[in-house]
Amino acid sequence: MIPYNTAIVLAGTSLLGAGSGLIGTFALLRGRALLGDTLAHAALPGLCLGFLVWGERSLPVMLFGGLVSGIAGIAVVVFLRRFTRIKDDAALGIVLSLFFGAGLALLKYIQTHAVGGSRAGIDHYIFGSAAGMIASDVKLIAAVAGVSLVSVLLLYKEFRLVTFDAGFARVQGWPASLIDFLLMLLVSITVIIALPAAGVVLTAALLILPAVAARFWTEWLGAMLILSALFGAVIGAAGTLASARNAGIPTGPMIVLVGAGLFLLTMLFARRRGVIARALAERRSRRRMGEQKLLLAAHKLASPASSSFAFDALLSRTAASPQRLRSLLRRAELAGLMEPVGPEKPGEWRLTESGLRRAAGVTRAHLLWKRFFADYPNSVSLFADLDLEQIDRHLSSEMVAELEAKLRAAGELS
Amino acid sequence: MTAASLFDDVGQAFWTIAVAATANLACALLGCYLLLRRMSLLGDAVSHAVLPGVVVGFWISGSTSSGWIFVAAVAVGLVASFLIQLLHGFAQVAEDASMGVVFTSLFALGVVMLVQVGPHVDLDVDCVLYGLLEYVSVDTRPVFGLEVPRAMLSLAVVLGGTLLFISLLWKELKLVSFDPRLATSMGLHATLVHYLLMVMVALAIVAGFYAVGSVLVIAMLVVPAATGHLLSDRLAGMMAWAAVVAVSSAVLGYAGDLRFDTGMAPMMAIVAGAEFAAALCFSPRHGLVSRAMHRLGLALRIVTEDVLAMLYRTDESHERETAEKGVSRRRCLAAAGGGMLARLSLPLLWWRGDIRWLPEGRVALTAGGRKAAESLVRSHRLWEAYLGENFELPLDHLHESAERFEHFIGPALREELASELQQPGRDPHGKTIPGSAHGEREA
Repeated sequence: MIPYNTAIVLAGTSLLGAGSGLIGTFALLRGRALLGDTLAHAALPGLCLGFLVWGERSLPVMLFGGLVSGIAGIAVVVFLRRFTRIKDDAALGIVLSLFFGAGLALLKYIQTHAVGGSRAGIDHYIFGSAAGMIASDVKLIAAVAGVSLVSVLLLYKEFRLVTFDAGFARVQGWPASLIDFLLMLLVSITVIIALPAAGVVLTAALLILPAVAARFWTEWLGAMLILSALFGAVIGAAGTLASARNAGIPTGPMIVLVGAGLFLLTMLFARRRGVIARALAERRSRRRMGEQKLLLAAHKLASPASSSFAFDALLSRTAASPQRLRSLLRRAELAGLMEPVGPEKPGEWRLTESGLRRAAGVTRAHLLWKRFFADYPNSVSLFADLDLEQIDRHLSSEMVAELEAKLRAAGELS
Repeated sequence: MTAASLFDDVGQAFWTIAVAATANLACALLGCYLLLRRMSLLGDAVSHAVLPGVVVGFWISGSTSSGWIFVAAVAVGLVASFLIQLLHGFAQVAEDASMGVVFTSLFALGVVMLVQVGPHVDLDVDCVLYGLLEYVSVDTRPVFGLEVPRAMLSLAVVLGGTLLFISLLWKELKLVSFDPRLATSMGLHATLVHYLLMVMVALAIVAGFYAVGSVLVIAMLVVPAATGHLLSDRLAGMMAWAAVVAVSSAVLGYAGDLRFDTGMAPMMAIVAGAEFAAALCFSPRHGLVSRAMHRLGLALRIVTEDVLAMLYRTDESHERETAEKGVSRRRCLAAAGGGMLARLSLPLLWWRGDIRWLPEGRVALTAGGRKAAESLVRSHRLWEAYLGENFELPLDHLHESAERFEHFIGPALREELASELQQPGRDPHGKTIPGSAHGEREA
């Protein structure tokens, strides 16, 4: 049985993770992953001013102050980017450090001057203390997550359009700036709500990590949103449980570490975009290309079709290194495409029955592609990455027939 | 206050400012390269990511003031910038997102490790946020008989290394900053230069981190460089301005902290921010105010020239009878497009002696104004003639282009147009081009 306090924190962190995962997806795809970081830092002076104006620690007032100064910070970033020669990255850095510096000055002032000068409350916003979450905090988080969810459901099409092609949205007559502002507002509110739990530095991670991890699994926005929210919830819950088990380890950093672990696993093992999957795919295609190169050379050398040819002849024709050629031959032998002639002729190879068929196909495709690119040079870039032997899939049958006729006329193809 | 304690106070102030200025300078100079390469946020990322290195260094040596912390932190900083490149290049994560992933993860790792090392560590919150500026003059060490703060020693080494690095690799760094591809094609190892720069940045960050706190390190990496970027178009000039901001914010930050008691590091950030804002407004070339002034001047010139041209044309079409009667103020304002600037244009023209006031608020050209208007109308009609000669445009398309272009045709271009067209006397509409010998003969 989970203790009540832990249950509260668990609910809060997983809702927080889900909400920021959802909104973080848009931030990531819009190229604003680090905006959350700047926002979180820029919120500090507002939090302090909220405290100073209200005179005591009041969560809603301080959060509102933080929201206002965070948005003001973003406005400065937009202004610098739009009207001065300061670039994007520098603008983010300037706002982040200067607003945070001003916030620290205010914090120090509160520490030394304010009545009942406990700044412990505000300290928590810098490093975060999820463990101190109470039921009303969770209600606030749930409300924000709910609003985010409803907005995304209602404005899915609009958000998608603006995220992927704001210029197109504008041309189509959508109020792109308004939609963009709404998204930004959702990001800001999410960041501010996450601040007390995750702290200034790690809030950015809540926004980025689930979305980046989800990006590895899907190319479809809907799936990415669901996955990202799910990842966020899982990270939040798992991090909370891990820190509850190891007394003394703060929840916020633990959540981020769990998120980093999830990201690492995802990055390595994701189905198609993962590092391992991509490395395997690359190896496969390199092997296939090597095999095709070998068969092409063998087919050229093997005339009449069943005759054998020397290793050295293959070597000079394929322009591969001896080791590579040896490994290519070994694999071709395993695949039953080629075989050594035998002890009577050492170093001589020939194509098997099935190898001959494959080789003829490869040669035909090679000639057809060559002819195609010679006759239609403008289309080269369209077909640059395609597989050699799949020519009949990539080109129309009329086109293939035309090319074959041309090759036959030139006597290159039988 | 006794003389001795006064001396102590002055010494403390001097060393505090010196430490801060040294840390600022190293960061500001290197920040220029980061800014030019649009990698300012890398400084931010590295400054967060060094935390686990600091903890490991502490764990190895057991003290907060050891070289191990330096070494480990710089190493982790380098690893962080390498990981960011790796995620971006190899796993195809967007660059800013890979930065976000790496530095937050490493920071979280650092916090967890910090807790594991134990609560007795005096690596506390205030040290991370505000640095140890207030205490630099406590922890000293004699150098040539002078009590020098320990922080000063390491910072001086870092600053010296930075200066040496910049002066030795000035050309290479410049090339890589402005055009990495050209650098690579010229046989420079751009990646090597990049990682050397990263080593220096990590060193400056760790040294600065210790002295002035994490926030200020970021501020000093970005803000002075950005200020320099606004004030100069040359790398050396940019660095000089960045250095000015770095040092002055140390001095003024100290003074401000004395006055407002906000902590010196945040005060330095505020001072640097104010200096940046000032540069943003008043930079001679890129400032908002100077750009607005420039635009205002241009707008005024165009408006006054439009009024002059209108007066000239009215004179011309009414066979100079308006020269005595003048033109109503309302028509002048309409010619200038109305609005504030139009209202300003008439007094301005009068002040310059181009127009004179007639009774009932009417206006006429003076001799000087007539001359100015003549060359303007000459530009206008020459341009129309040129367009008509060289482009197949209908007659009613010529005027609008000339109306815009007339303001930007100087005397040199005017005469070139005239000689290109063999001194035409009339424009395509059949109007006389003023000032041409041919036209005058005809008139």
